[in-house]
Amino acid sequence: MSVQLQLSEVSVAYGRNEVVKRVCFTLEGGDLGCLIGPSGCGKSTLLRAIAGFEPVTSGEIELHGRQVSRVGYTQPPERRRIGMVFQDFALFPHLTVEDNIAFGLRRQRREERRQRVSELLSLIGLPGIARHYPHQLSGGQQQRVALARALAPKPQLLLLDEPFSSLDAELREQLASEVREVLRREGVTGLMVTHDQEEALGVAERIGVLYHGQLLQWDTPYAIYHAPQHRFVADFIGRGVFAPGLLRNERQVETELGCFTTSTPPLSHSGGAVDVLLRPDDLIPGEEGPFRGQVVARRYCGAEYLYTVRLKGGTELLCPAPSHFPYEVGDEIGLTPALREVVVFPRSTSEDTVKQP
Amino acid sequence: MSRPSLWIFTTVPIALLLSLPLLTVVAFLLEPSAEVWSHLADTVLKSYIANSLWLMLGVAVGTLLMGVSSAWLTTMCNFPGRRFFAWALLLPMALPAYIIAYTYTGLLEVGGPVQSTLRSWFGWDYGDYWFPEIRSLGGAIVMLSLVLYPYVYLLTRATFLEQSTAVLEVSRSLGHGPWSTFFRLAVPMARPAIIAGLSLALMETLADYGTVHYFGVSTFTTGILRTWFGMGDVAAAAQLSALLLSFVFILIVLERWSRRKARYHHTDNKTGGGFARYPLRRWEAVGAFLVCLLPLLFGFFIPLAQLGWWGWAQADAFLEPDFLRLLRHSMQLAAIAALLALLIALLLAYGKRLHPTPLMQATVRTAGMGYAIPGTVIAVGVMIPFAALDNTLDSWARETFGYSTGLLLSGTLVALLFGYVARFLAVSLNSVESGLLKIKPTYDQAARSLGASQGFTLLRVHLPLLRGSLFTALLLVFVDVLKELPATLVLRPFNYNTLAVRAYELASDEQLQAAAVPAVAIVIAGLIPILILSYSITSKRT
Repeated sequence: MSVQLQLSEVSVAYGRNEVVKRVCFTLEGGDLGCLIGPSGCGKSTLLRAIAGFEPVTSGEIELHGRQVSRVGYTQPPERRRIGMVFQDFALFPHLTVEDNIAFGLRRQRREERRQRVSELLSLIGLPGIARHYPHQLSGGQQQRVALARALAPKPQLLLLDEPFSSLDAELREQLASEVREVLRREGVTGLMVTHDQEEALGVAERIGVLYHGQLLQWDTPYAIYHAPQHRFVADFIGRGVFAPGLLRNERQVETELGCFTTSTPPLSHSGGAVDVLLRPDDLIPGEEGPFRGQVVARRYCGAEYLYTVRLKGGTELLCPAPSHFPYEVGDEIGLTPALREVVVFPRSTSEDTVKQP
Repeated sequence: MSRPSLWIFTTVPIALLLSLPLLTVVAFLLEPSAEVWSHLADTVLKSYIANSLWLMLGVAVGTLLMGVSSAWLTTMCNFPGRRFFAWALLLPMALPAYIIAYTYTGLLEVGGPVQSTLRSWFGWDYGDYWFPEIRSLGGAIVMLSLVLYPYVYLLTRATFLEQSTAVLEVSRSLGHGPWSTFFRLAVPMARPAIIAGLSLALMETLADYGTVHYFGVSTFTTGILRTWFGMGDVAAAAQLSALLLSFVFILIVLERWSRRKARYHHTDNKTGGGFARYPLRRWEAVGAFLVCLLPLLFGFFIPLAQLGWWGWAQADAFLEPDFLRLLRHSMQLAAIAALLALLIALLLAYGKRLHPTPLMQATVRTAGMGYAIPGTVIAVGVMIPFAALDNTLDSWARETFGYSTGLLLSGTLVALLFGYVARFLAVSLNSVESGLLKIKPTYDQAARSLGASQGFTLLRVHLPLLRGSLFTALLLVFVDVLKELPATLVLRPFNYNTLAVRAYELASDEQLQAAAVPAVAIVIAGLIPILILSYSITSKRT
């Protein structure tokens, strides 16, 4: 499919304070993108700039091949054909569900309008609530209605600003996949802001990690997880450890688990100390494993245990194993490395970052 | 989005214009003291200050006793009639103090029903017995306390309702009875609200002209008008006004400060309204019933019955052309002032919402200052600049065209309406601003992302959500204008009468029965917003 949204060198500033810095990315039609980052990283501001509520201070935004924002020009939000779902849902309290959904359809004939509303109500699985008022709905229902309202005018792009953050965890997961399904059926491109990485990894085709206004990486969920290009991205997304290693040459790194060929761009200073990113699924446990380690902690996660294993040389690793044959703390465990991406960062000055399970 | 400059160019001049009365009066502080002023200082000024202070002290005690006790009883105790009292205790707010002053004078004077009855029961004669003189400082204190305690009641009760029931239950579980809980916990926690309510009541006390004038108590307000019209000294009147303003200013600071404090005393009411009210035993229940009944009886039902009796006795008067003209005048004035105030309030509030810059915030605050300013001071502050403008125009016209323009502004309805808007804009502004707060910014963004223009958003989202607040704003200003006495008295065109002015004139002529006719009309109008207010309060919680 074609490119639906393109940002080139986009910056947004409040006064002198630049909160979004030279962000570039493209989103293909029909995909769902996720912007993720710690609070205050500029993700919501970036979303508002795409919606047209904030002017850009550099760069440009193209929507379906048409320029909608550049320095000195901001096409007003009501002309962009963008749908938006807000954190607080922003359902109009004085209108029924039906009228809320029909709010963006006022140019259509009454019959068409009614049909579109009932189509959307059955799409979100709530056909019986047309005459209800927002305050009569539960949080999850309000969320679905807000989605239906945003989708009603068939927008070119749907923006979702932390749409699930006010819901409880179980509902959040269910709704996230529901939203993904609804977008797919409507054929709508989506861009979602969140600070919940599981949400992002679970539903998005593209994930962007923002940090202090900079887009550190814009990639597939697999690449964000297994091939992070920045230490911050590696740290922020998912579990893992940085195992100490030594560069033998530009592409070879020596660790306690053996020698690997790096898949990151070659690091200049050969012979230097580096950190190798090891995700829990980079290691396979089993008696036949060539490397031996001792279990120092474990955490039960339902289907599996996540063990913290210490090798002889002191390197600590995270390793998952099915929960049927548990190891006790103090047991010895065999490990087989199964790395597809070998990601190496220069040794950080701070202590080795181990995310405890 | 509209440009900020457009808003600033429209709102800043309006706010400055509306603060003209205040600026005028304050400017006279800088004027060197005139002769009359030093004369005043030597003679009556001390009594003005003393009387005003005694009045404030008395009203403070009265409103605190009635307001806090009834608020606690209706919130925390169970006794027959509690639900009724909870809303009915607001009713005295509907009566202007000067009207119950006339009513009680009629009831308690030598020839009135109370003394006649006493005489016929005990066979006394005139002069045989002692009877308290209602037309005195003490009488004024009682009158003002009876209609102003609802301010304390309203704010204190709201705080008692918000107080965490858990805190009070902890106190009970630690062995504190209701009295000890009341004095050691509830009142200290409610102190900021009590002080805020008290400050409002005292501002009204300082602003009162009708009651103290009728009772012959010399305070600032009566002094200002006497100095101006009796001695013809505008500068001295303005300086007295400025002195009065400094009293008001202290109260404003007190109110603001205690409201800020209130945040720290706030306790979250997460446990929900499951508080077990103290059940009262028989005699306790009777006591509680009386504590709630007496303010209501004396502040509302007795004066209302007397007014109704007088009005009934001369029911024909309500259809006479004289009365109908009064009614029309009052209604027209109140309606126009309410509409003007609403339009300006909308303009200012939207300006502030769209561009919340420090300048816009200062502008809105400046425009809303009038409410704290007594009507007499507003009158002085409007008259002086308008008269100066008229004189300048007149002499300019005489020099240029050789004829006199006379008075163009002062003594016209324009001056009167300007005075009303300057004084009551804050009322509109409060309603509109609190209404706008309910419209979250995401509503605007949602509407615009759905393709709605700003105009359409205003029509379909803002207006329906604001409707209630706009109606309240209109209603409150309407009733306030209807009741306003001193500003109307001074600023009205010659021989232009309103209900309030007519009631005042008739009462001053000792025609109390005739005064009841316009008074009844004012009271009926005043009851409407109070009923709406008490309904909205009781429908929220018990």
